[in-house]
Amino acid sequence: MTSIGRSDVGSASPDGDTTGSSTMTGTVTEPATVVGRPSGVDAAMHVRRASFELDLRLSVAAGETVALLGPNGAGKTTALRAMAGLVRLEQGHLLLDGVVLEDCAVGVRLPPERRAVGVVFQDYLLFPHLSARENVAFPLRARGMDKATARRRADEWLSRVGLADRVSARPRELSGGQAQRVALARALVSEPALLLLDEPLAALDAGTRIEIRSHLRRHLSDFAGAAVLVTHDALDAMVLADRLVVLEGGRVVQVGAPADVARHPRTDYVARLVGLNLFRGRAEQRSVSLVGGGSLTVAQAVDGDVFVAFSPAAVALHPQRPTGSPRNAWQERVTSLEQHGDSVRVVLDGPLRLLADVTAVAVAELGLTVGAPVWAAVKATETRVYPA
Amino acid sequence: MSRVAEDVARPVPTRADAEPGRRPPAFVMVPAAIGLAFLVLPALGLMVRAPWRTLPHELTSTVVLDALRLSLVCATSATVCCLLLGVPLAWLLARSDIRGRSVLRAFVLVPLVLPPVVGGVALLTALGRRGIVGKWLDQAFGVTLPFTTAGVVVAETFVALPFLVIVVEGALRSAERRYDDAAATLGASRWYTFRRVTLPLVAPGIAAGAVLAWSRALGEFGATITFAGNFPGRTQTMPLAVYIALQTDPDAAIVLSLVLLGVSVLALAGLRERWISGTR
Repeated sequence: MTSIGRSDVGSASPDGDTTGSSTMTGTVTEPATVVGRPSGVDAAMHVRRASFELDLRLSVAAGETVALLGPNGAGKTTALRAMAGLVRLEQGHLLLDGVVLEDCAVGVRLPPERRAVGVVFQDYLLFPHLSARENVAFPLRARGMDKATARRRADEWLSRVGLADRVSARPRELSGGQAQRVALARALVSEPALLLLDEPLAALDAGTRIEIRSHLRRHLSDFAGAAVLVTHDALDAMVLADRLVVLEGGRVVQVGAPADVARHPRTDYVARLVGLNLFRGRAEQRSVSLVGGGSLTVAQAVDGDVFVAFSPAAVALHPQRPTGSPRNAWQERVTSLEQHGDSVRVVLDGPLRLLADVTAVAVAELGLTVGAPVWAAVKATETRVYPA
Repeated sequence: MSRVAEDVARPVPTRADAEPGRRPPAFVMVPAAIGLAFLVLPALGLMVRAPWRTLPHELTSTVVLDALRLSLVCATSATVCCLLLGVPLAWLLARSDIRGRSVLRAFVLVPLVLPPVVGGVALLTALGRRGIVGKWLDQAFGVTLPFTTAGVVVAETFVALPFLVIVVEGALRSAERRYDDAAATLGASRWYTFRRVTLPLVAPGIAAGAVLAWSRALGEFGATITFAGNFPGRTQTMPLAVYIALQTDPDAAIVLSLVLLGVSVLALAGLRERWISGTR
């Protein structure tokens, strides 16, 4: 079996049966059907803004991570702020673990400070006048915990995120990745039922981003509550989330497991954004044995559990087995063809399930139709490898 | 603004990185030099004409010591009043979205443009023994403000408050408001947020505002003499003493002025440039 996307990866990894938790809450477009004690988020949010109207129905189970994905101005951050209580709903309701946080029909609204919600802001908003320890202790102190206990708990959390030696550093003395981890510890220290992450990796440089992404992934899989992640980066969403909710102009345009969304994009935006070939495997130098069989040659020498990603545009299609440089070549079969703007997305099945973006001319020249055999090749230099 | 930019973008660019500018042109240098001389010469005049020989004797006279003590006590009390009333007022102007905020700000700034003597007369009509509020204060509590030391504090607070409000409002505006949002999502009540987040972030601005308000209160003349009168030991502050002395004993006036100058320069030394600009 081959794997594309996080949900396949999830079922192959020890950290959880992700499909089980998402079926429990039903889909985003239907109300949650919950038996027994409701847990997680059940939201129907309606907020008017100058450039768009946010209209979002969302359920997230406890233990599940949902990514809100969309272009700038799609309403992702507004949705996040509404859940945190920083933006007022105009219509709808918001329930967390069965507790009404907001319900416009009956006029109930809990202020942000009374919601069991933790937020990691895009630029972290660590208090500049407080040390890392005081920042992490802040939510505990604000809720009335005594100083000694709060500091001890803060120190525990800082060592959990690997910053035991930076407890007394001020935010401006921290690197971007360290600041991100302090922000995460600060959001989690009060054990919220809902964790909200606003573009948690956007402010980081490429190198740090890879490290922090896998760090964040571990913490998200340990986190018992519901998590909602806002991002415009497909890779972040696919690695971190169990389910994607794609927003455009304040409305949901597509919902599904990352692999499904990647295979069957419903709009050009989604196709461009989410179209990504993503595999998990075990690397030995330049060779990665994939979970579910097959192997990939990559340009970067690494060892251990890794993700390998490459864009559909990096997949070249040939009528015969390609000769020459690409060592990654498989005989595949076309399962579907979809026109997206100037390019055609070809979904392939075979030793690996692949997405390929080719021109309409290439489709004609290769005589691609559903069921047709074709060779697919990827240059090692087109792949990206990072630790899982 | 700069605070936020610095926190997001690391490493922080330092001033030393900036390229040294070219020599300023003459059309800047000449008026600037004249302007500087204009500001420095009067202080120099005071120094030159001061009766240095009799200075120790003059300084320790009861009139000077009383006036100095009264000035310091009243200016400091007025500054405390300004902080208690002005910081919340500045918060209201900077952070809330109450209606008619621009009108509200205009009212706050009135004492700034009002001639202080007019301010004193206005205070009498409001808080005087037969003023609209003063009458009630007198009847209900037996409190009379005019021509008392408390009256001096009231007059000084009246003229100094706008300075504090302007500076603190500016600091609150340039401080990142989203820190308050962050605090709220972390479970902090509004009071806890104000105490532990908002106030520390604008502390430099508050300090600058307090120093400006204190200096303004220290030099207050018109409103004080109108509202509180000129009783030595009770309402005669340094500026009043200077004015009276000038008519009878010019040397004493110079000595008193020199003392005020010294106190002001000390205050200025405490007020670093970074405080005036409201940033770090």
